[in-house]
Amino acid sequence: MAGKPKLHYTKGRGKMESIRWLLAAAGVEFEEQFIETKEDLEKLRNDGVLLFQQVPMVEIDGMRMVQTRAILSYTAAKYNLYGKDLKERAWIDMYVEGTTDLMGMIMYLPFQPADTKEKNLALIIERATTRYFPVYEKALKDHGQDYLVGDKLSWADIHLLEAILMTEEWKPDILSAFPLLQAFKGRISNIPTIKKFLQPGSQRKPPTDEKFVAVVRKIFNI
Amino acid sequence: MSGKPKLHYFNGRGRMEPIRWLLAAAGVEFEESFLEKKDDLTKLQKDESLLFQQVPMVEIDGMKMVQTRAIANYIATKYNLYGKDLKERALIDMYVEGIFDLNELIMSYDFQPVDKKEQHFANMMDKATNRYFPVFEKVLKDHGQDFLVGNQLSRADVQLLEVILMAEEWKPDILAKFPLLQSFKARISNIPTIKKFLQPGSQRKPPIRPEEVPKVIAIFY
Repeated sequence: MAGKPKLHYTKGRGKMESIRWLLAAAGVEFEEQFIETKEDLEKLRNDGVLLFQQVPMVEIDGMRMVQTRAILSYTAAKYNLYGKDLKERAWIDMYVEGTTDLMGMIMYLPFQPADTKEKNLALIIERATTRYFPVYEKALKDHGQDYLVGDKLSWADIHLLEAILMTEEWKPDILSAFPLLQAFKGRISNIPTIKKFLQPGSQRKPPTDEKFVAVVRKIFNI
Repeated sequence: MSGKPKLHYFNGRGRMEPIRWLLAAAGVEFEESFLEKKDDLTKLQKDESLLFQQVPMVEIDGMKMVQTRAIANYIATKYNLYGKDLKERALIDMYVEGIFDLNELIMSYDFQPVDKKEQHFANMMDKATNRYFPVFEKVLKDHGQDFLVGNQLSRADVQLLEVILMAEEWKPDILAKFPLLQSFKARISNIPTIKKFLQPGSQRKPPIRPEEVPKVIAIFY
């Protein structure tokens, strides 16, 4: 109604959280309609507004966009967070796919059975500290700039900050071997739009707890 | 050395196949270096050729690109298979992400443990016929054009054809209820670069044979 993007999802992080981060970083106000029951999801499906019967769905610029990456790419391009040319885009895409893989692992952790959770957490920490964070530490070290790509804030920086904070929730000292990422975290967190998003009362969602896992299972029948 | 893109993967479809399709459809000649055993992967990792220690990796335009979607995005943009503006890109991305999801379901079937196979098969066929193909049938019906987006060939058409053919390998009559997809399939298959890729002797890879599965798993695990 207002022309603001409208997000359709549960009240949790899930696959929508990266979209919330990107819109917030871009300074874009957005509305949210929360799916709280299985019936809410069924209604969206029956209304024919979900292209592949799935959420996330974001009403934006006259479209009902679905598919997390499609929505993120559109948002990044629209708000100049996707680099200045094809080569910069390529690097941003590579970096973002890495953080997507890492955050994807973390997202499923609360849904794992208790006996595999510990093992999976150990794997996440291993991947974070030996596969993913070293790449971003090196990128910053090699060019000595404040941002990952093109000396300018991009989707890659916002996504990396989200991944860092998410990983720290499970292991607070996870950046101990990565001084440049520590500085990066401080710097990007201080960008006014992001600083605002990190404050209480913003639309940033909390980590998923056991109670919410049960709600999500009911909604999506998983 | 030759300036041609060079693909690093095992000698099978997996996550590299959509990239092979896009390059072929764009008429771009490419070379391939096949991983045949774990040591081949380890060597690439030790050489620091793999940003996140993983393949696919494609050497292209002076970069060692990794991550399937990043590579596919780059190729599609470079060769004008990504629509003419942001809105067309958005549609293409939505369609392609759905297609990737279906592709993943079908591709991973061969790697499922025996006790999960039957349910996985039922799920992939159900999703193909009830979730994904109806969407693309409707898109074609609604605009009456030959291509999914913007009245010109895009990666969405190429990737849809790829997944249609994959699904048909498991159920040859899977398009029975989708007349527009049937003519779409014929039409896109006849595009000269794609027609060539569909002929024997091209770099298109066959479906994996069950006896090859352990060998592939051994490379990566």
